[in-house]
Amino acid sequence: MATKLTARRKRRISPTSESRPVQWLLIGIAFLFMGVMLLLPLYAVFHEAFLKGIGAFFTGLAHKDAQAAIRLTLLVAAIAVPLNVIFGVAASWAIAKFEFKGKAFLITLIDLPFSVSPVISGLVYVLLFGAGSFLGPFLKSYGIEVLFALPGIVLATIFVTFPFVARELIPLMQDQGTGDEEAALSLGANGWQTFWRVTLPNIKWGLLYGVLLCNARAMGEFGAVAVVSGKIRGQTTTMPLQVEMLYNEYNGTAAFALASLLAMLALVTLVLKTALEWRFGQEIAAGANH
Amino acid sequence: MEVRVQNVRKEFDRFPALHDVSLDIRSGELIALLGPSGSGKTTLLRLIAGLEMPTQGKIFFGDTDASEKTVQERNIGFVFQHYALFRHMTILENISFGLKVRPRSTRPPAHEIRRRAMELLDLVQLSGLEKRYPNQLSGGQRQRVALARALAIEPAVLLLDEPFGALDAQVRRELRKWLREIHDRTGHTTVFVTHDQEEALELSDRLCVMSQGKIEQVGTPDTVYDHPTSPFVFGFIGESSELPVTIENNELWVGGRAIGIPAGDASPGNARLFFRPHDVELIEAEASLAGVVSTSRRVGGTRRVELEIGGAGHLVEVDLPFDHPAGDKTRLAFRPRRWKLFPAT
Repeated sequence: MATKLTARRKRRISPTSESRPVQWLLIGIAFLFMGVMLLLPLYAVFHEAFLKGIGAFFTGLAHKDAQAAIRLTLLVAAIAVPLNVIFGVAASWAIAKFEFKGKAFLITLIDLPFSVSPVISGLVYVLLFGAGSFLGPFLKSYGIEVLFALPGIVLATIFVTFPFVARELIPLMQDQGTGDEEAALSLGANGWQTFWRVTLPNIKWGLLYGVLLCNARAMGEFGAVAVVSGKIRGQTTTMPLQVEMLYNEYNGTAAFALASLLAMLALVTLVLKTALEWRFGQEIAAGANH
Repeated sequence: MEVRVQNVRKEFDRFPALHDVSLDIRSGELIALLGPSGSGKTTLLRLIAGLEMPTQGKIFFGDTDASEKTVQERNIGFVFQHYALFRHMTILENISFGLKVRPRSTRPPAHEIRRRAMELLDLVQLSGLEKRYPNQLSGGQRQRVALARALAIEPAVLLLDEPFGALDAQVRRELRKWLREIHDRTGHTTVFVTHDQEEALELSDRLCVMSQGKIEQVGTPDTVYDHPTSPFVFGFIGESSELPVTIENNELWVGGRAIGIPAGDASPGNARLFFRPHDVELIEAEASLAGVVSTSRRVGGTRRVELEIGGAGHLVEVDLPFDHPAGDKTRLAFRPRRWKLFPAT
């Protein structure tokens, strides 16, 4: 009788699930890990930023170098993200809708920036455009500075953030197939109309999601940009670089004030991402693998 | 608009999907392209649409050569198996799409587009659903919207690719009847692809049976059903039973016994006899096909038995009334009422 009762009680938990203590243990570990590894540092950033009062916080942000770093970061993102959107849409369109030789190779190439250390990505551009290279002096003779200037920073950022949009769109577009486009063409629409009226609306949420991730990374990228920027104060330092420089000069409050801006960006991205997932989960699901 | 397919060949990566196919489609007819998967029926439809370009051969719309024209220039209406409705547009926007994307010079005014879309919505019996989105409709309703959308551009030819393939059996039968009505009312030249012979027989004016990239036979449903020109067509259109026979003295012989069927003009030697299981009569004559029942199944209103003929173990299917007392090992003698002889392979 007693064994029968316990058997029945145990059965309440789904037969494929773990027992309660194991569940609690796993959930507990997950939360503890998140708390120590993610929330605590985030708290520390804001705590440090406001340690000497709100006045010091704004003084730090208002410094002309900090302002220049913010402007540069915004400018780099404003160039890199739209370019990556164009590249990403074109690449995913080609991969999802056409059959051609070297397709698997192209997909692997798109993932390359994810698998390469950002420092290497930066060094690649130093090799390509540095003083000892072929391209560097050639461009310099026309007055174009790539390394230690805006073009280099933009190039490195594009390289590092390239996969975000493409990776988001390829599975989505493959999943949707070419049926809608064929329908539009059969109804008399030309290629341009088909793209704007059918393809783009079909991928818009996945695209927006990719743009968010791409933007967050573009503004936060440190390694690749550090190599190509030359860290000229007030000219080629982006926000992450400026944070590091201030910190190395023991200017903790200013460093963390700027860092808190970056952290805010991360939080806003996270909130938007969650909102998108919540609202358009199914459409994004096809492409969600991050 | 009549459509002529002339010696068309299509290869995908050098793998031939269609070999030298020619087909004349008459103006205003409803013709079915029927065949198993891989027979090239969908490829032929997509070639007519201009969604694929032929490797060789030409396609004429009336007297004009359409082979070099793009899909937009051909002015066709295409209905896809999986609807391909634009999910972010309402039903009304879906139907008006083809008119809205026209260049300004040929685009009707907005109120006219709306009026026509509403009229088509009425034709496909979906009035009142114009503000819905595709995912709020059932499969059958979606396919009707897809048809209305294709009709909106007043196509020269209406092409349907397995239009009812993704629907369940009952909806399929309803839509079949309904498509026939629409066709009779609007009179568009219509080509539809199907692998369902019942659908093709019921719906079409003529059907074109295809196999392995070739056309096997073209004709009215009655002709194709009653006078199939190849063993493949006989087997594919409806139920069939097959038996190897010998022709001697102008008679058919099975296992050393004449079965009471004249050979007609078939030449002596080996041949294959085809007949429909439901088209037989039980007889008590010496000259008949006799066999022992090996299995017996009740199928709806009839009983289908499998008979082992002669000693060679050839199995044929025969339909009996469902209350026929035949059981295992019962001996039955019958003769097909209608049959067809094909040369032995």
